[in-house]
Amino acid sequence: MKNVRVIARLDIKGPNLVKGIHLEGLRVLGKPEHFAQYYYENGADELFYMDIVASLYGRNSLLDIIERTSKEVFIPIIVGGGLRTIEDINAVLRAGADKVSLNTAAIKNPDFIRQAANRFGSSTIIVSIEAIKEKEGQYFVYTDNGREYTGKEVFQWAREVCELGAGEIMITSVDREGTGTGYDLELTKKVAESVPIPVIACGGAGRLEHIENVVIEGKADALTVASMIHYDFIKHHTIEADYSAEGNVEFLKKKMIFSKIETVSLETIKSHLMNSGINCRFKHHGEINKPLNIC
Amino acid sequence: MSEKRDQYVAIIDYKMGNLFSVKQACEQVGIKAIVTEKKEEILNASGLILPGVGGFGDAMQHLRDLDLIEVIRDEIAAGKPLLGICLGLQLLMSESEEFGSHEGLGLIEGKVKKFKLENSEGRVSKVPQVGWNQIASVRTKQELHWNQTPLQHIKEDDYLYFVHSYFVEPTLSDVVLSQSTYEGVSFCSSVLKDNIFAVQFHPEKSASVGLQIYKNWFTQFCQEPTNKEMSRVF
Repeated sequence: MKNVRVIARLDIKGPNLVKGIHLEGLRVLGKPEHFAQYYYENGADELFYMDIVASLYGRNSLLDIIERTSKEVFIPIIVGGGLRTIEDINAVLRAGADKVSLNTAAIKNPDFIRQAANRFGSSTIIVSIEAIKEKEGQYFVYTDNGREYTGKEVFQWAREVCELGAGEIMITSVDREGTGTGYDLELTKKVAESVPIPVIACGGAGRLEHIENVVIEGKADALTVASMIHYDFIKHHTIEADYSAEGNVEFLKKKMIFSKIETVSLETIKSHLMNSGINCRFKHHGEINKPLNIC
Repeated sequence: MSEKRDQYVAIIDYKMGNLFSVKQACEQVGIKAIVTEKKEEILNASGLILPGVGGFGDAMQHLRDLDLIEVIRDEIAAGKPLLGICLGLQLLMSESEEFGSHEGLGLIEGKVKKFKLENSEGRVSKVPQVGWNQIASVRTKQELHWNQTPLQHIKEDDYLYFVHSYFVEPTLSDVVLSQSTYEGVSFCSSVLKDNIFAVQFHPEKSASVGLQIYKNWFTQFCQEPTNKEMSRVF
């Protein structure tokens, strides 16, 4: 059995790590590089930086964050959000990203996937699909954090992006994102069975059993976690800086924990996966958690 | 050219893949590395790194367009150390079955094959392999086999990061340094032949285990033990 990847997802707004509910209602959590370093040492298999505002204004701070992170963190770094041109992709790769995640630009011009895959290789191109379940039980593709309806049916679009040369698909349930109620297992399973490329499940993890379920029932090849591990970082670190000028910080001050969300470390997640009979990159005796120790 | 030049390794830039990550990893373990397509810089380097992500045919075409094939072959024949990574391992073979058939650099006799979408149990496999996997020695005594090679200090339960749809099958099994298994298929994950060391995984993305491999390769192959300047730096 192959090894499932646990990817730490960090949503970026300007220079800060933020967390939203249903991709809205943002809270400032801190500086992304600090979280990234902690997750690296805790055994994250990949990092995923998502620029959720993706304005031209914020782009320079995103490139700075990628550059600083890639000097210290030697695992794959995925970057997504607002990448519209081949040049945009080139810029984040040159800053130190290894893979990019495309969404809106791919919907607007599907041939962009083919162009990007030809230029940078399929393994560099992940297509992110945001899905909402309609009343009739059909899944449709949305963009802009679930605000824009595209008219595309999810599983058809998944097959199309695969044929265009995407190397992986990231599937997000907008309904579940940030709620801690679990991944959408039906959605993930259907996408995973529709395409021969790896599928990353995104959005909804709140408890350890959700992670186990999305692999066993959802057939996910990889999964992202955000809230669960962010709250663990906050629990173990003192927030020194004052972020009040940069957004909603009430949450931070109170160290308020969402009742639905279990706060766990990446090590605990991986240990749980192993105990559930799911293979992943995990070592006992905390060996993987040590910072660089080169002989 | 000044005789007292800095020692460096040349990361060969042939427009394929993420050379930046390779450079970062080198710097992290104290290797001075430059990214270059210039023949002169390749000739003056103490070691070569051939990275690469993407298609075999395109890669060979780029190397041909940049007129780098002969210089790489000549330098390897003259004994210069080479580290091949991912596609950089596959390019060393004589030929690839990717989209028809392509001729490779031919530095190691063997073929490049594709993972089948259907595995032995008739179940659909996900291709490419994307993720962390373990490597195993092809000999029973792993410690002896990997000792004094760039896999020194690496343990069989260590994980390395792979992204690939194709794998190499060298004709002579004695160049195979490690093997790995994906979806029931056992494949060669690293080779060692004289001054050539090449890996299917990405050591620059494999955390401290991968950085150790860069360090080992540089220390064992590229460093001049008699050079006083170097011993002071490292």
